[in-house]
Amino acid sequence: MFFLVIKRILLGFITLFIVSLITFVGVEILPGDACTTYLEREAYGAALEACYERLGLNVPAYERYISWAFGVLQGDFGYSLSGDMKINDVLGPRVKNSMVLASASILIGIPIALLLGIITALWRDKMPDIIISTIAIFSMTIPEFVSATLLILIVAIWLEWLPGIVIVPTGVSVYELLPNIILPVIAISMIMTAHMARMVRSSVIQVMASDYVQMAILKGVPYWKMVFKHVLPNALLPAINVVALTIAWLLGGVVVTEVVFNYPGLGRLVIESISNRDLPVVQALAIILASIYVSINLIADLMTLMLNPRLKSLQIKK
Amino acid sequence: MNNKKEKQKNIFQKILEILKTMASKPSGLIGLTILVFHVVLAITSPLYVPHDYKAIDPTLMLSPPSSEFWFGTDSLGRDVFTRTILGGRTALTVTFFGSLIALLWGGALGIFCGLVGGKTDDIVMRIIDAFLSIPWILAMLLIVSLLGTTTLVLIPALGFFYGKGIVRVARAATHDVIAKDFIVSARARGHSNFSIIWNEILPNVRDAIMVEGAMRWSWMLLGFSSLSFLGFGVSPPTPDWGLMISNARGLMSFAYWAVLAPIFGLSTLIIGINLTADAFAKALGIDRSTKAPV
Repeated sequence: MFFLVIKRILLGFITLFIVSLITFVGVEILPGDACTTYLEREAYGAALEACYERLGLNVPAYERYISWAFGVLQGDFGYSLSGDMKINDVLGPRVKNSMVLASASILIGIPIALLLGIITALWRDKMPDIIISTIAIFSMTIPEFVSATLLILIVAIWLEWLPGIVIVPTGVSVYELLPNIILPVIAISMIMTAHMARMVRSSVIQVMASDYVQMAILKGVPYWKMVFKHVLPNALLPAINVVALTIAWLLGGVVVTEVVFNYPGLGRLVIESISNRDLPVVQALAIILASIYVSINLIADLMTLMLNPRLKSLQIKK
Repeated sequence: MNNKKEKQKNIFQKILEILKTMASKPSGLIGLTILVFHVVLAITSPLYVPHDYKAIDPTLMLSPPSSEFWFGTDSLGRDVFTRTILGGRTALTVTFFGSLIALLWGGALGIFCGLVGGKTDDIVMRIIDAFLSIPWILAMLLIVSLLGTTTLVLIPALGFFYGKGIVRVARAATHDVIAKDFIVSARARGHSNFSIIWNEILPNVRDAIMVEGAMRWSWMLLGFSSLSFLGFGVSPPTPDWGLMISNARGLMSFAYWAVLAPIFGLSTLIIGINLTADAFAKALGIDRSTKAPV
């Protein structure tokens, strides 16, 4: 059990190491480097040399990678190109803002998803299931920017209930941020809830069809007792992993949603840094987003390990 | 010769059977209808568009829907109806060929990894894991901003980034069949590796890979239109739904028609592809609903 956890954590670090290599090599082999893309037409002669000098691009690639990687390990991402700011200072408030948005969406989304998933599974193919599942299909297939735009059009413009876009400075406090995030949270949690509810539904249905549940029914265990004691614990365990993967998969959608609502989070920074061709920031973002993905999966794996007694004695889980 | 003809006929019958099963449920029938409608529209729409999609007319700016302009006009006075029925052409072409590429390389690498196993498999899977953990949008934006937004860049880039999930599925499916008796006996009969892959493994993993590919198509459409929306996809004045929504969004308090029309087009197409892919999976007896969208 202990070794399994250690192994899992090590694998996470290996993945992150490969991610850092991929982003580094990717930026290296794609045409243009940080200086030529940043300076664009002025990229020649002294200006280019000065830029190379300033960013340390005149040393061989592997040396740059090593010094960059050591910096990252110590929590230092270097300097951004456009603002001449330390990337850590650029990232700090953005990470906080995105965390607020993400945790609000998760806190609202997961309980609703569980509830809807269980309801649709227990009333399978009946009216509640058909209605909820149809709505779920709509909200999970429609792109984030479409549902976000529709939300703004209906709630903010036609009904005039809430402000349509977020106009707060990046470094605002959490308390001031909260009234602004209602619409973005609805937009994100709608898609997340739909995905998760669908998975919970099929997981519950699978367990309901299993032998031991049939046995419990035959033994005359009361319906609700059977649902809560036999079905849900067994159905929700495998769902943890899937839910984690879904949250991680939705990171890309969060980027788009932040742009639509003009929310000052990591997602908007992705677009800003790419439009400004600020490659050092892009590299830092790749590492940060990848570590979020890896850690969400790691937490889910560890949770399943801890909660599932059967896996404790098992060597490899997959 | 005769044998080959019969085989072809068999495949045709099988496809017809799958289509029949898909259409037998209301969701599959709706999905197929929408998809066929969109494909036919995309192929034939240039023949009957009422206006020129890039004709700018300042006197007609943001005029509401009328008998002349069914869906009104946009901020440059262009006909929204014309642009909407043309708007799916690029998206459909790019994502169709993109998912074909994803299917081919993902399937091939997955089968290869499942077959060889050992160190090679370990290394490849670690790299795939790493690629999976980079959000698609960041990678796509980086590639597109450095290489440009032509379809010749978009198709392989999307194909590459949406194929990595297929590698996993193909590998798992190969693992399931590789220990079966018919593979062992094929080896004992002295068949070459290629013959084993082509005649024994492929028929058994084909369904799983094709279902993944169909699912990828709808996700890729989502990704492609998100790129367009962010200004990194199709370049104007080419009509494209993502781009149209992004352009009309700022003015939607005055001119909601310019944003609702492309939203309708894009949403119906994505839902259509999704329902079709779901029905396709069910017709082949594959349950994808417990899997995460990776």
